Amino acid sequence: MPSGVVTALTFIVLLGLLWLFLRTTVLGRGFSVPLRTMLTRPVTHEYPEEPKPPEPRFHGRHQLNRYEDGLEKCIGCELCAWACPADAIYVQGADNTVDARFSPGERYAEDYQINYNRCIFCGLCIEACPTRALTMIHDYELSADSREDLVYTKFDLIESLPEGADEPPHNDRDVRARGIDYYGGLAASPPTLAGGDYAQAAPARPDSGTLANPVPDAEEEL
Amino acid sequence: MTDAPLWTDLVSVLVVFSYFLLTTALLIWGERRVVARMQSRLGPNRVGPFGIGQTLVDGVKMFFKEDVTPEMVDKAVYSVAPMVGVVTGFLAVAIVPLGGTEAMGSQVALFGESFTLQVADIEIGVLWFLAMGSIHVYSVFLAGWASNSPYPLLGGVRASAQMISYEIAQGLAVASVFIYAGTLRVSEIVDIQALGEGLVSGMPNWFIVPLFPAFVIFLVAMVAEAGRPPFDLAEAEGELVAGFHTEYSGLRFGMFMLAEFMGVIINSAIIVTLFLGGPAGPAFGPPEVAWIFPVVWFTLKTSLFVLFFILLRAALPRFRYDALMTIGWRWLIPLGMVWVLATGFMVIVNEQVSNEARFGIAVGGIAVAGLLYLVAPLFTSKPATDTDPAPSETLGDDLEEVSL
Repeated sequence: MPSGVVTALTFIVLLGLLWLFLRTTVLGRGFSVPLRTMLTRPVTHEYPEEPKPPEPRFHGRHQLNRYEDGLEKCIGCELCAWACPADAIYVQGADNTVDARFSPGERYAEDYQINYNRCIFCGLCIEACPTRALTMIHDYELSADSREDLVYTKFDLIESLPEGADEPPHNDRDVRARGIDYYGGLAASPPTLAGGDYAQAAPARPDSGTLANPVPDAEEEL
Repeated sequence: MTDAPLWTDLVSVLVVFSYFLLTTALLIWGERRVVARMQSRLGPNRVGPFGIGQTLVDGVKMFFKEDVTPEMVDKAVYSVAPMVGVVTGFLAVAIVPLGGTEAMGSQVALFGESFTLQVADIEIGVLWFLAMGSIHVYSVFLAGWASNSPYPLLGGVRASAQMISYEIAQGLAVASVFIYAGTLRVSEIVDIQALGEGLVSGMPNWFIVPLFPAFVIFLVAMVAEAGRPPFDLAEAEGELVAGFHTEYSGLRFGMFMLAEFMGVIINSAIIVTLFLGGPAGPAFGPPEVAWIFPVVWFTLKTSLFVLFFILLRAALPRFRYDALMTIGWRWLIPLGMVWVLATGFMVIVNEQVSNEARFGIAVGGIAVAGLLYLVAPLFTSKPATDTDPAPSETLGDDLEEVSL
């Protein structure tokens, strides 16, 4: 009858021979590749429970952004519609009035549509937007049942209201009273329809000159 | 068998049948999960816990698929071919002992009658398995021929040629087992391994140790016999469309798949029975519970070889057909024949030769092996490489290069 110790020793010897085979022979090294892979973590992402997070600059669905007081950043300039190679964007601009101001500029986008049947997600519209009103977010789950459902309007694309902000339109008076710098120093205050004088726009670069007061050696810099 | 009541036979048939059916169903799921882990991904994990219901839903899908029978097939043979495959598969496990045998003292004891979990312990034991393997070739060949189409015919002919060539190697490996054991009866082969003394006293007498070359030959031959990767040229997608089962769909195709996975389990069970002692292993506790331990050991050992089959699938590329036939005929069969002669020699020496003579024979054998090793370079010639400073001047220059 087999004894325990000798049996255990036999198994150890056999396993050792197997390990030697896996380590030294070419065939064994070939076999140890899948065996070693069994011990690593699988690379599968278990979508939809654990979807892989997209890269930071991922080209997903578009989003129309707002300022912190709720005003829309989009000024209805239609540059994105002109930049789009697939003719997927439709912008209908309208003027801001004294009582109804949607954006801190002269115009706002009254009707803004992106047709995702046509959009190729190239991002040229993002590059064209002067106010960074249009950005692309990480939403890629855009499947729909009909072509009409794939035409997204401003209501679908607009960012949600920030905390403590009111839905536009706002009153001109309230907007000026807030005194928020909407243009990052490029304009002193939002231009108003009542006219009035502008403060000289601050230079984009702190040390650059203006037409009236050029900085010496500015030509060499340029 | 004649003195035991009929119901014990029925119970053992039921147990063996359901055991192999269950393991086949589990294999279909398990293979996909294990191959996936070897490829750094998850397998199917949506249907049920760990995806274990995948086999069930695959079966249901196959059942509901439209059974397209082309009109120019030979209807009778076309219908019979998959059934032959499945039936021979189930018959082949009739000789495999799942649980302990009588001599091991761990039979199943139920309602006062004790019996072994082996359907039929016939006198010719191991030859039954080889016979069923031979008849299984018919299913492949008939499927290819009845399909009345060139690619299935090619696939069927290739597959059957492959299977019959590796059957010879398999038979030689099995021959060395029963020459060494002295009996064809499977229960006795298992008893000798479980209860006998190994080469060193106290070691279990599993045949893998004294008959290691036969084990290796059987290992390679059984993979080719089952038509599994890397020997699956005859039925792989992308080669010959789908080989011999191109024209099959629905449940008939499902039966071919079932036959193939059953082949994996059956061959693993046979190699465990012949070389690893089958259900041999320590059993604990009173006889009422001790009978489960041999079944557990058998399952563990069979799972090891099933995992080996799956590893082969994940690790190796497919053999080209001529390479496949070369291995079968030019490597395995000569090795098998040499090893059968060696086994016969070992057995005679064991029985009839005295100890001093054994020592002399062992030394002589080592001397002959060493001499052959030294002389072998004369019969091969290495191809000239750029690193060779001058052409070699051995006798092998004129001889034909020996390559696979």
